[in-house]
This record gives sequence, structure tokens and C-alpha cells, in this order.
Amino acid sequence: MSISNDQAQAYWSENLRIIMTYLAIWFVVSYGCGILFVEQLDAIQFFGFPLGFWFGQQGSIFVFVGLIWAYVASMNKLDEKYDVHE
Amino acid sequence: MSLDLLTYLFIGGSFALYIGIAIWARAGSTKEFYVAGGGVPPVANGMATAADWMSAASFISLAGLISFIGRDGSAYLMGWTGGYVLLALLLAPYLRKFGKFTVPDFVGDRYYSSTARTIAVVCTIVISFTYVAGQMRGVGIVFSRYLHVDINTGVVIGMAIVFFYAVLGGMKGITYTQVAQYCVLILAFTVPAFFLSAQITGHILPQTGLGATLESGQSVLATLDKLSMDLGFAQYTAGKKSTIDIFFLTVALMCGTAGLPHVIVRFFTVPRVKDARTSAGWALIFIAILYTSVPGVAGFGRVNLIQTINGADNAGTEYSQMPVWFKNWENAGLLAWNDRNGDGKVQYAAGAAFEGKGGKPSFTDERGENNQRLTSNAIASADFDAGKQPFANEVYVDRDIMVLANPEIAQLPNWVIALVAAGAVAAALSTAAGLLLVISTAISHDLMKKTINPNITDKQELMYARLAAIVAICIAGYFGINPPGFVAQVVALAFGLACASVFPAIVMGIFYKRMNTQGAIAGMLTGLVSTVLYMWYFVWGGGTPDEYFMGISPGGFGTVGMILHFVVAFVVASMTPEPPKEIQDIVEDLRIPRGAGTAHAH
Repeated sequence: MSISNDQAQAYWSENLRIIMTYLAIWFVVSYGCGILFVEQLDAIQFFGFPLGFWFGQQGSIFVFVGLIWAYVASMNKLDEKYDVHE
Repeated sequence: MSLDLLTYLFIGGSFALYIGIAIWARAGSTKEFYVAGGGVPPVANGMATAADWMSAASFISLAGLISFIGRDGSAYLMGWTGGYVLLALLLAPYLRKFGKFTVPDFVGDRYYSSTARTIAVVCTIVISFTYVAGQMRGVGIVFSRYLHVDINTGVVIGMAIVFFYAVLGGMKGITYTQVAQYCVLILAFTVPAFFLSAQITGHILPQTGLGATLESGQSVLATLDKLSMDLGFAQYTAGKKSTIDIFFLTVALMCGTAGLPHVIVRFFTVPRVKDARTSAGWALIFIAILYTSVPGVAGFGRVNLIQTINGADNAGTEYSQMPVWFKNWENAGLLAWNDRNGDGKVQYAAGAAFEGKGGKPSFTDERGENNQRLTSNAIASADFDAGKQPFANEVYVDRDIMVLANPEIAQLPNWVIALVAAGAVAAALSTAAGLLLVISTAISHDLMKKTINPNITDKQELMYARLAAIVAICIAGYFGINPPGFVAQVVALAFGLACASVFPAIVMGIFYKRMNTQGAIAGMLTGLVSTVLYMWYFVWGGGTPDEYFMGISPGGFGTVGMILHFVVAFVVASMTPEPPKEIQDIVEDLRIPRGAGTAHAH
């Protein structure tokens, strides 16, 4: 390991914070919009779909794709910042 | 050109391509056999992962399932895609950094215990076998319909093809074959979806087509709701399952996806940690192309099916006037008609037309007065609830035919139908090959090399891997020819086990340094045993739905098993000594991306 212990700890805790942020979005979109609050959202029409139905069957998937790529970008930046990239 | 000739051409041509790639990319060393030498570019790995992941279930069954259950299908759509977020964020980069070949490798080394390794091997083998059985069946169904051979011959042909490239090529051959298979299967899924969507809604993309407004002035979804309710079915956009059941099912499918060994192992094949993250992103894009088309295909297929069978006047169609696809699928045994009111018309509505579980027809060899196939379990009475529907249901439609029959129902050109057949075969074969590889690796590497006899040479290990692949193919073929009674439940079991046993063990191995052998073993056994017992009781042991724990169906119980796993593991670990220093150092090390190098040879 080329970096100091403190650096490694700081890297890890920033990493955890990034993961928690993205997982929070992941949870709200899939379990929130797609399952728990569907009935309220279904009252809203979205391009011909009841909004809750759209989140459950399509919208959440688009958000998942966006989340992974945003995570990739965040981590690449973090790796550079702590000079642990390859 | 006739449909038969085109189908032979498409399927034959795709097989020639797969075999050609297998010969070009055959494996020479164990490292090439297990992880393709660790040098697969992320985009290619993303495609291979997508093909590996999207099985006959995704290609053939998912749209059919949603077509029939509507809103509740969300659990599968979200569950089977949302798992990739967990993979990318929680597992893939760290496992790549760890740099071994298999899931049992990680569990065994991280928990410094061959008991833990052996439990992981058992989980891997059970999960992969339950999963592969369904694939071989899928190949059989497609061959029997399009090549006019019986299902068993179809399974044997599929076995021979998989044998050729999995045994020869190992991971390297499989990866590049899967890239080709992804291209075939995604074309085969999206081309008819575009056609269908354009035909019904005027939108080319099924993603927006499902929200379109039809000539009648009603939206597609409102039309579906009305058609369904007029015939006594539940409203398409309303859920039937309880919220808690859907919630638990979705968690089980997501965490199960992230814990499936044949998916995880794909992330060992890329050169760097960074590439592991990127290839999860690519994989999900490639998967999303299919998954976001599925709701459209399901909806359009449902409208087409109802309108074709019941006719423009919604009163049914004379059997003699039914299109040829109806009779083809009837001959394949996946459609059946029971003329309950004796009017010679085929009528489709809610309710079963045949006795017994699932309303499945048992065909006899005889033909009726309209030349329809007769069954031994047709419901004789023509009673129905006149308050709910206009006539009694006379039709059995197997959910699995929706995707395959869709192009025929919509009268698309023959080459589209042939393409769909080739795509279905590609989907089933790519997944089967990935699973067989995981099984053979678990046996040759984790069991022979790491547990039983560490002294075998690389060459011997490779020979064991190929032998194990051959045995695994034969067993998978046996399950394909004699499928276990409840294929859907068996697949649910695979996800439940992955969710309750593999996923938590790996996550804690990375994120909780204090987790030790005792905690991991206790946790894995708790997750494994509780999930198996619960499913066993409700699927085979005669349990009834009103006995469900908190209303959770067996498919969602993996989530409960996972929670138990975490709790038991924490409690046991806190009462036993912490793991040795060198293990804690390993955990520190796998959290830092730099220095992943190539997959370690042992």
C-alpha cells in the first residue's frame, strides 16, 4: 500500500459517504416511488402513464443506469484525489 | 422463403458463429479458463454480463409474466435491474481488487476457513444448478416449436452446443461467445418490439409507445384496463399483491441478483478495479435496453392476444377461422381450447378452462369435431359469473409463449419470427454456459484444488474443470428433459439462496472488518437453512398462503433470511475473537483500488 494509514481512512470514509448517498437515491426511487408511494403518485399522469406505474416499470431502471455512471465518475475523481488510481 | 427455412438459417448461422468464436478463443491455462486471463475490456465484459444475466426467463418469460400480472410485474423489472446498483457499489470493485477466481475463494480466504469455503461451494452449486435447469428447458421449448423436433431432442441439441464451447473455451470462449449472443438476443427482442409498437401506437420505441394514445382516444394502458376488466380479469395497472410482499420480493430479487455467483465472477475478468465499476455500468445499459422494452411488449401483446381471440365484436372467433399460430402453439402443447358452450367459437376471459392446478391442459391423442386437440381435464360446465364477464373462458394460454408468439399474432414478416427464435436460443445458451462454467470451477478449483488435493498441477486442474463441465452439462440436460415440477419456484429458490447466503457474507467481508469465521459460518448457515425450510414448506410441504409469515410469499423470504443472516453473524462475531491481523490487513488492502494487477495465480 503506497498511501499512509490516515489517507486510507479518509479515502474509505469519503467512499462510504458516496455509497450511502447513491444508495439513498436508489432506495427512494425504487422502493419509494415504485412500491411504497405508488398510489399517491398514480394520481399524476406522466406521458400517458400513471406516474407510480411508470416508476415501477421503467423510470426506476433509467435512474439505476444513471446512478451507476454517476458513481463511476465520483469514484474516478476520488481515486485521483487520493492518488490511488491505476 | 418459408418460415422453416428461415428459422434453420438463422439458428444454424448463429450456431456456426458461436462455435467459430469458441475455436478462435479456446483456453490454454486455468486462468484463461476461469477468468479469461483477466484482460476483457469493460464494454465487452458488460455485453457478456448482460447475455450471461439475461436468460430464457428474461427473454421468453418476463414479458409473458407481466402481460398476465400487470402492475405486480414491477417487482421483477426493478429487482432484476436494481441489483446491478448493489453490485457496482458494494461488491464488484472490491472483489476485483481481491483478485481471486471465485466466490468461494473470497469467502474461504476472507474468513480463513475451509468450512466457510465449503458452505460457499455448496451454495454456488445449488444456486447454479437450480438456475440452469430452466435454461435447458427453454432451449427445448424453442427447438420443439421451430425445428419440429420433440422437446427432449431439442434439449440434447442444446447440450451438444454448450458442451462444445464451454468445455473447449472456458471463460475466454464463453465471454466472446456471449458478446455475439448479446447482439443476437437484443436484436431479436427489440426488432419485433419496434414493429409491434409502431403498428399499435405509431411510436417506434415501446418505451414511449406504452404511454401513447390510440385512435380510439384512449391511452394504451386505459385500453388494457378496460379490456381486462370487461373480461373479468383484474385491472392491468392495479396491484394484487400486498405492498409488504412486493417489497420483500423486490429486495430478494435485487440482493439475489447481486449474490449470484455466475454474475459476480464476470467482474473478475476485467483488468482494473475501475473497469469493474465501468463494466457494471455497461452491463446495466445493455440490460436496460431489453428491460425497458419489456413492459411495452407485455402490454401490446396482451391487447393483440385478446383482440385476436375474441375478435372485433368481442364475441369470440370460430375455431376454423383462428390464425395458424393458434394451431401451431396448440400442437406444441402450450395453448388449448375447450369449447364449453359448444358454439364452435374460441372465447377468452377470466377463469380456468381446465381442471387442476394452474388450469393446465392434459392432452390426449384425439382430435375433436373442429379438429382441435382434446384434453382429459376439460371443465364440462359452461357456467360463469355474468356480472363480471360476457362468457366463460375456453382457452389456456401458457405465459411463456407471449414473446415467441407475439410476432406471429401481429403478423410480422417471417424473418422477424426466425430472428426471435434465434434470440431465445442465444439467451438460454449464454446463461447456461455461464452457469456451467461456475459449477465446473467450483468443483475443480474450490473443491479439488483448494480443499481436497492442493498438489495437482495447472494442467490436471484444467482437466478436472473440463470433466466437471461435462458432468454438469449431463445433469443440466437431465433436468431439462425431466424438469422439476415447479420451475418458477425453483428459480425463486436460487434467488432466495443467493440473497440469504452469498450476498450478506460478501458485503460483511468487505465492509465489516471485525467479522470473523464464526460469525460468517453461523450467518451463512442461518440464511441458507431458514430460506430452504420456508420454501420447502410452502412449495412441497403443503403450506397454505394464509400461513405466510407476515404475508410474505416464498419468493420474498430470501429477504427475511438475509436479515437473520446479518443479525446472527453480528451477534456471534461480537461474542468470539476478532479476526487475525493479516486478515484485517487484507480487508484494508481490498478497499484501495491501486495494485489490483492481474488476477492472482495461487
